[in-house]
Amino acid sequence: MATVAQPQRQDEANPLVEGLERLPVHPTTLVIFGATGDLAKRKLLPAIYNLAHEGALPERFNLIGVSRGDIGDDGFQELARESISQFSRRPADEKVLAALVENMRYVPGSFDEDQVYEKLGEAAKELDEQAGIAFNRLFYLSTAPSFFPVIAGKLGERGLHETEGAEVRMIVEKPFGTDLDSARSLNRELLSVFDERQIYRIDHYLGKETVQNMLVLRFANGIFEPLWNRSYVDSVQITAAEDIGIGTRAGYYDKSGALRDLVQNHMLQLLMLLAMEPPVSFDADAVRDEKVKILHAIKAPAIEEVPEMAVRAQYGPGASGGEQVPGYLDEEGVPDGSRTETFAALRLKVDNWRWAGVPFYLRTGKRLARKITEIAVTLKPVPHLAFQQRGSLGVQPNQLILSVQPNEGVSLSLVAKIPGARLSVRPVNMEFLYGTSFLSQSPEAYERLILDTMRGDATLFARNDEVERAWTICDPILEAWSRMDEPLPTYPAGSAGPEEANALIEDGHVWRPL
Amino acid sequence: MAPLQAPEVWSADDTSPGEIESALRTLLEEQHASSDAYVPARVLNLVAIVDRDWRGEIVNRLERVGRYHPSRTIVIAVERGRSKLSAWATMSAHGDPEPGSICVCEERVEIEVGPEHVARLATIVDPLVVQDLSTVVWAPHGHNEAVDALLDVADVNLLDSVEAPDPASAIGRAQQLLEAGYVVDLAWLRSTPWRERIAATFDPPAFRGELGTIDEVTVHHRDDSAISAMLLVGWLASRLGWEPGAVVRQNGSMLSRARGRRAEVKLRLEPEARQDVPGLAGITIGTGGGMTVSLDRGPGGLAAKRRLHDGREYSWVVLGASRGEAGILGEGIRQALLRDPTYGPALSAASAMLSSG
Repeated sequence: MATVAQPQRQDEANPLVEGLERLPVHPTTLVIFGATGDLAKRKLLPAIYNLAHEGALPERFNLIGVSRGDIGDDGFQELARESISQFSRRPADEKVLAALVENMRYVPGSFDEDQVYEKLGEAAKELDEQAGIAFNRLFYLSTAPSFFPVIAGKLGERGLHETEGAEVRMIVEKPFGTDLDSARSLNRELLSVFDERQIYRIDHYLGKETVQNMLVLRFANGIFEPLWNRSYVDSVQITAAEDIGIGTRAGYYDKSGALRDLVQNHMLQLLMLLAMEPPVSFDADAVRDEKVKILHAIKAPAIEEVPEMAVRAQYGPGASGGEQVPGYLDEEGVPDGSRTETFAALRLKVDNWRWAGVPFYLRTGKRLARKITEIAVTLKPVPHLAFQQRGSLGVQPNQLILSVQPNEGVSLSLVAKIPGARLSVRPVNMEFLYGTSFLSQSPEAYERLILDTMRGDATLFARNDEVERAWTICDPILEAWSRMDEPLPTYPAGSAGPEEANALIEDGHVWRPL
Repeated sequence: MAPLQAPEVWSADDTSPGEIESALRTLLEEQHASSDAYVPARVLNLVAIVDRDWRGEIVNRLERVGRYHPSRTIVIAVERGRSKLSAWATMSAHGDPEPGSICVCEERVEIEVGPEHVARLATIVDPLVVQDLSTVVWAPHGHNEAVDALLDVADVNLLDSVEAPDPASAIGRAQQLLEAGYVVDLAWLRSTPWRERIAATFDPPAFRGELGTIDEVTVHHRDDSAISAMLLVGWLASRLGWEPGAVVRQNGSMLSRARGRRAEVKLRLEPEARQDVPGLAGITIGTGGGMTVSLDRGPGGLAAKRRLHDGREYSWVVLGASRGEAGILGEGIRQALLRDPTYGPALSAASAMLSSG
């Protein structure tokens, strides 16, 4: 196990940082493993550029790419320039781009070759010596998951997991395992080299402003917290629907499926943020301690309970955006007879004092009627109605909707009187939309998360116990589904999902229309 | 910014704030009826008081602030000889509505007023600002009397100290407005990247101790931006506990000394003839430990140099794009929603450099 220096929390001691929006970040050397891959080209390099454009990178910053192709420093610089020009959220400023890429370095080779780490160590040391300071080192593992333990192990063998006078951190991309056993195994291997405080498991959903704002909404507004419990909340629905199919991702998706792809990570993260108790502070561990308690309060189902609380399905042919689209089995690259689910819906119970008896419904799927990610908190109905409802849409329970995408905001459904002589009522919406209320453009999730890692703030990253507990909940569902041999339910592409999902809903609840 | 598909412009002569406010409500209702994707931005009000003859230039500047546009902009154009109000109002949107998404609209009102309206400007502006939003008042052509008339309406006064005739009057006016409310000074915002980078330069533990031993600061600035240099030095003085003395002018430069906690600090503010944009051109900081740090404008960011006591020298570029003057104004509007507690003390320290002699 590595020993690491204490986190660099110096803002109290540097009198010049008072009032600054951007706090200094310790000089950093970022090493991207898989630097020529799709994620690096589409997301990571553009995110680094945008941080540079805004002056948000550390005062001194180096980037070393590591990948298989032997393209040299010049080739990597050219690749970075092209990727940034193509995928940056803002047009690149030529001067900034030139200054950023001109010092980028590249180390070629396979991730299991010793000489890669030897060269990497030399390059990092040289950069330290040239600058006369010890740079923090940040390793970004943008590779296939099978390389995570390999890279961590090799870094450890070369002593690159620690450095005198500076921090060493590592970002790991999801998936964090494919089941509980593999997640435990991965954690064990990473933690045999790095300390948990050095490991940042990235889930880009948590970098979204709206997701982060759930904590602010709940804990900075007195109006919600008194209602945020079993006495007032009737049910919660979390939806992550996509209107697109799997595209060219059949290779990945067919091994993964909806439960592994979205429920085990993104959707349980949303559930945790919605249901957690107020943390004593917004320090990384204080927040994550409260989040993981929610997962511990969700009982993992027994195999035989799974059909009662989980539904899976696969999209068949249908229409989307006015065009005929193929079913999952007809998508390119999908094996014949695949039983991979493209839709998953769960009913979960959070068995603690606050939430006992409140059902949490989760659903996600590909090729649904629309793209939307939202959380709907339905309050209990009023106990007595003094109004005539005849001739009107009637009184509906209030719903608080937290929209994550495509619109970001919060809306509250209320009941209001329809203008006129009669006392007729109908639901109306009180809406707050981020786009209308702030001047700042939200940074890309990767920009926020990479900067947080360089700062050493792990609040928005998953901890090992969170990941393992999430698998503990999902594992029995996967196991039960693997044992079922009846035909997989299907739903037409472009629809709201399979009929079978309605069976999960109890006590007169209904899925929110998509 | 794309206009609405069917842009409605309301206008009237010899009008009143009540009529203008009613027209704004009607515009909003009509646009919302045409598509419920149109929603009004609700961030802040901006009241810009301008000379009638130069209103176009200011409107152009506001159109270039990009996403930092105010929700409701009220341009007050002061015209000599006018005795009645004329006004027009419109809404414009950011792009076209897309299915399932929203299209944010901003409202703009322009009112032509006469000099005699200026003292009573609050009675015209107050009914027109969106309630419960911050109201920012900006008078780029002077019109101090109009700003004073709106002190009760303004939550924030936006100014650019560089536009004042000299540093003394810039500091005096900013202090006066600071007593009435919050001030966003574009001259201060131009120094933000410099302040961030100076803070970062001394942030690594190895260099933190040098902060207490700073004994020399030289700031280069555009000829008309001495106030920017004074604010930067004022910031250092207020953050590091220096007591600045009075400036002495010498060959176009301003020289001063500050009493630091451990050492005396030599201060030098020098105009830079080659600088073509308002604000700072460079800064060099020397410490008692023999370290010298300099930051100068350069391609792609600031060219940084650190020279250690043993003669070793390191150079690098601190990356960052220039925001340009439109970006600075946009940043000024954005900063109206924030609070920087360090401007006031920096202003006071700068003021001490002018008055303590």
